[in-house]
Amino acid sequence: MTAKGRGSEKGIRATRGSETAAVLRGQLDRDSGIGGLGIRKTYKLYVGGEFIRTESGRADAVESPRGALLANISRGSRKDLREAVRKARAAQPGWAARSAYNKGQILYRMAEMLEGRVDGFEKLLRDGRGLTPAAARREVRASIDRLVHYAGWSDKFTALLGTVNPVASSYFDFSVPEAMGVVGIVAPNAPDLLGLVTHLAPVLVAGNTTVVLVSEKHPLASLEFAEVLATSDLPAGVANLISGRREELVPHLARHMDVQAISDAGGDIALSKLLARDAAVNVKRVRGYELRDYQSDDAQGLDFIEAFVEIKTTWHPIGV
Amino acid sequence: MATEIDERAERKAVARRFEAERPRIEFGTAWEYAPAPEAADIVSIEKRENLFINGKFVPARSGKVFETINPATEGVLSEVAEGGAADIDAAVRAAEEAHRKRWSRLKPAERGKYLYRIARLMQEKSRELAVLETINGGKPIKESRDVDVPLAIAHFFYHAGWADKLEYAFPRHRVSSIGVCGQIIPWNFPLLMAAWKIAPALAAGNTVVLKPAETTPLTSLALARIFQEADLPPGVVNIVPGAGETGAQLVNHPRVRKVAFTGSTEVGKLIQRAIAGSGKRLSLELGGKAANIVFEDAAIDQAVEGIVNGIYFNQGHVCCAGSRLLVQESVAERVIQKLKLRIETLRVGDPMDKNTDVGAINSRMQLDKIRELVACGVEEGALLHQSSCALPAKGFFFPPTFFSEVAQSHRIAREEIFGPVLAVMTFRTPDEAVEKANNIPYGLSAGVWTDKGSKIFQITSKMRAGVVWANTFNKFDPASPFGGYKESGFGREGGMHGLRAYVELS
Amino acid sequence: MSALPSLLDLSRVPPVDQVGIEERAAGLARRSIKKEAKRAGIRLAMSMLDLTTLEGKDSEGKVRQLCRKAIRPLPGDPTVPHVAAICVYPNFVAIAKDALFGSGVKVASVATGFPAGQVPLPVKLDETRRAVSAGADEIDMVIDRGAFLSGEYDRVTEEILAVKEACGAAHLKVILETGELETYDNVRRASDLAMAAGADFIKTSTGKVTPAATPPVVLVMLEAIRDHYLATGRRVGMKPAGGIKTSKQALHLLVLVKETLGDAWLTPDLFRIGASTLANDLLMQLAKESTGRYQNEDYFTKD
Repeated sequence: MTAKGRGSEKGIRATRGSETAAVLRGQLDRDSGIGGLGIRKTYKLYVGGEFIRTESGRADAVESPRGALLANISRGSRKDLREAVRKARAAQPGWAARSAYNKGQILYRMAEMLEGRVDGFEKLLRDGRGLTPAAARREVRASIDRLVHYAGWSDKFTALLGTVNPVASSYFDFSVPEAMGVVGIVAPNAPDLLGLVTHLAPVLVAGNTTVVLVSEKHPLASLEFAEVLATSDLPAGVANLISGRREELVPHLARHMDVQAISDAGGDIALSKLLARDAAVNVKRVRGYELRDYQSDDAQGLDFIEAFVEIKTTWHPIGV
Repeated sequence: MATEIDERAERKAVARRFEAERPRIEFGTAWEYAPAPEAADIVSIEKRENLFINGKFVPARSGKVFETINPATEGVLSEVAEGGAADIDAAVRAAEEAHRKRWSRLKPAERGKYLYRIARLMQEKSRELAVLETINGGKPIKESRDVDVPLAIAHFFYHAGWADKLEYAFPRHRVSSIGVCGQIIPWNFPLLMAAWKIAPALAAGNTVVLKPAETTPLTSLALARIFQEADLPPGVVNIVPGAGETGAQLVNHPRVRKVAFTGSTEVGKLIQRAIAGSGKRLSLELGGKAANIVFEDAAIDQAVEGIVNGIYFNQGHVCCAGSRLLVQESVAERVIQKLKLRIETLRVGDPMDKNTDVGAINSRMQLDKIRELVACGVEEGALLHQSSCALPAKGFFFPPTFFSEVAQSHRIAREEIFGPVLAVMTFRTPDEAVEKANNIPYGLSAGVWTDKGSKIFQITSKMRAGVVWANTFNKFDPASPFGGYKESGFGREGGMHGLRAYVELS
Repeated sequence: MSALPSLLDLSRVPPVDQVGIEERAAGLARRSIKKEAKRAGIRLAMSMLDLTTLEGKDSEGKVRQLCRKAIRPLPGDPTVPHVAAICVYPNFVAIAKDALFGSGVKVASVATGFPAGQVPLPVKLDETRRAVSAGADEIDMVIDRGAFLSGEYDRVTEEILAVKEACGAAHLKVILETGELETYDNVRRASDLAMAAGADFIKTSTGKVTPAATPPVVLVMLEAIRDHYLATGRRVGMKPAGGIKTSKQALHLLVLVKETLGDAWLTPDLFRIGASTLANDLLMQLAKESTGRYQNEDYFTKD
């Protein structure tokens, strides 16, 4: 799929000067309401706790299903990805070392921040994916609930995934789950917000740090969600969000030697196969997801955490 | 300039005199052990060993055979049928049919009873299995007898009990089997690896096509005879010896639903690539270059034992071998001195002698690789220490060896040697130890030696490795999950976590 | 007086891991000692024996009988060497000395309030001097375990120093009574302390407390001796005692010595086995090795 071909699809297209101006014109009128000219948001990448423009200087236009221009977003590059992995790597030991209680508090804080911005997210979902107000509302509510769900897991999954192993010799032997490290997430195109939260939260709660390729078609709610992350006491670099084109970014993510695992919910069979092949370069753990119903309770739970932990077994002699 | 050289020479001479006057401990012949050979006539090896497919021993369709030898004598033990594509296909189809028609339909408790029966039969034949393992693989009979065979048996016992309890291991899930498992095992623990692979697969209701390593097919085939004797339904386990190509055919067979591989990281990556996108499940147990970290407050003599056990156990042919020693500078000299003494007491030679500690290297190829890397260590400037033991004239042997004055950048500190060769490095602080230990693409195992409890918890939790031995090394148990981080693979074998690789959850 | 700091830096005494040392000792127990190795090992063990009688009912008659056994363990077979020493209470030193005259078998006497050691130091010293003057070649003293366990290392050290002085030319064996020390850490610490204070031998037990000379305890002490030798160049001897009844146990002990301290210690000068009934089992095993027949105890003299 080429960039040009993609440009004709609803949702996203490359920005080219004159055309953009034309598309924007219709929007401007709507924006200037009672108080005068509306202020538009610039959507940026979220890397290392900062909102940055892509180093490449490239942008893509995001459109509504009916073709209205919604915003121009950064078209993240492999160098952005590299930077994001660097930040995620640096943040990982510190994040994993936070107490489970603290991680839970931070995830709950994310839910609080999202709750406080319900209206904005609903609008983004309505505009971006053409959801009905009720559907948009349902998705935002489900996203909040999912964060709360995983906030509660932080100090429990270890007990459920860990074991004490009765070995036949004088040793105390136990297995505990530990974070894998830096996990790449290829988020689904839709549902963009709930999909992001569904795959991000369990990876984070396990103590991993992440680089997320957000929904390619509908990136706005995800990029907006970066502001939730930024205001939730989540340490900088723990979650990094990159918008841009999958076919450009996925191979670099899959082949990155400092990424330990990938959660692949991108839904593109060809790209997933490529990803799985390239992931072998450093024996990455790859977990593919094809969830039919993100709203369902089946789209959450311990299995999603288990997929992104390593099991470490420790032996120690019992003696005096 | 000249005086500087003179001074240096003088210092060296003083050091030599000092060394000569230092108290020495001599391990000589004041009281020698007489040869204590285990009787080999307990096993009878067929002149021609066949493939085990659908409950029967059959020749390869191609008629191809390869020789299997005793690495301690280089004598040929048997000709073994080499499985090809047609044989793999027949084996996979037999396994598929056995899965569909019988094994997956069997009451779980009944599956468990088969495994118990197999374990009992193995116990009855344990001496025979130990002798066969030693003859074909070169490992000391002491280890086959006391480690490999008992652990292999324990794996069947352990997993037998899981067969009807899988729902307890995976609450809130419906547990079912996956189907045909293609399993490829290495030559370092032939029987034990077969048990690690087959027992959990069968307990969970899967059927198996197993490819043993090219150099060590005999105990897998002995296990096949035990399966026959146990009346295991035909096709539930099929054993197809061969080399890499046979393994590739197994991995790529479309009806194989799960691949389990233990072997090199290089081949593991090829397999991961090969089955990408196929929907096949995969577990990998790959290479390692484990660090054994010895702190100054450790129980030094037990640490030295742990180091020795870590690297000289099974001639160092152990993926989780403690092949890097990181010792705190303040005790480095003492540890090295003790290590030098200790390797002199390792008895190297005839693997069938019950007093042999270090047996034969598994193959000429492996011996060449060890020699090459040791030569490289010398060339790179590390200081070589080697046991003065005499080596048998025939067979593949290598003396217990370690290098001091090794730097992280040396090849011997980075590459898996898979032989009795240890690289000794030093560190000053705990952070440095952790950093050096983790500074390797592998992450299978690690060792930590300290007498301080709180230090153990912190250092072990910082090790990026799947198995961490604190104040011990190279311990295994079927109840204890084993497997790696990073390029040492994924998935666990043993324990409750090991079951996960062999079940389908819904 | 505080002699300790200059003699022994306790912070340098290494800890001992229980499971590790027990595994190592058990590993060495699996050495297979057959044929010539077994015959040579049994003869060696016999030559290292401290044939012991330490009972309230000991009498002159008993001691004299035992001395005859010590000189000629297997009447009619001169290839079986005499034992290293007879070990008796001080009251019997003179009798044993007389009975063993010219045989090469040494006389060892327990002293210092054996087995508990709970008598005043002057009494201990007096007992030691008397035993030596009665002809004892070797003194087997006990340490004050109560003092050791309550951390009074100085007191234990001072007692050993004083007894050593009282011994004069006689060799001093220091009994740690490891069964009461309980942990391997304590055994190691007491071994280092005794060697620093001048012990010629360190000995596990009195034979009155179990457990006594278990293989891991012996191994801990052998490792202490090795480290002491490597650090100072002085060879200290080792004497396991208590509960050693079979040839298999004795051969296992020799394996521990061979693989820890090497050839230099495989001599009665540096390794002894304290036992009262081991001798006959050694003889029975030797007979079995040469005849191929399993033996009956009535064919061997009980003294």
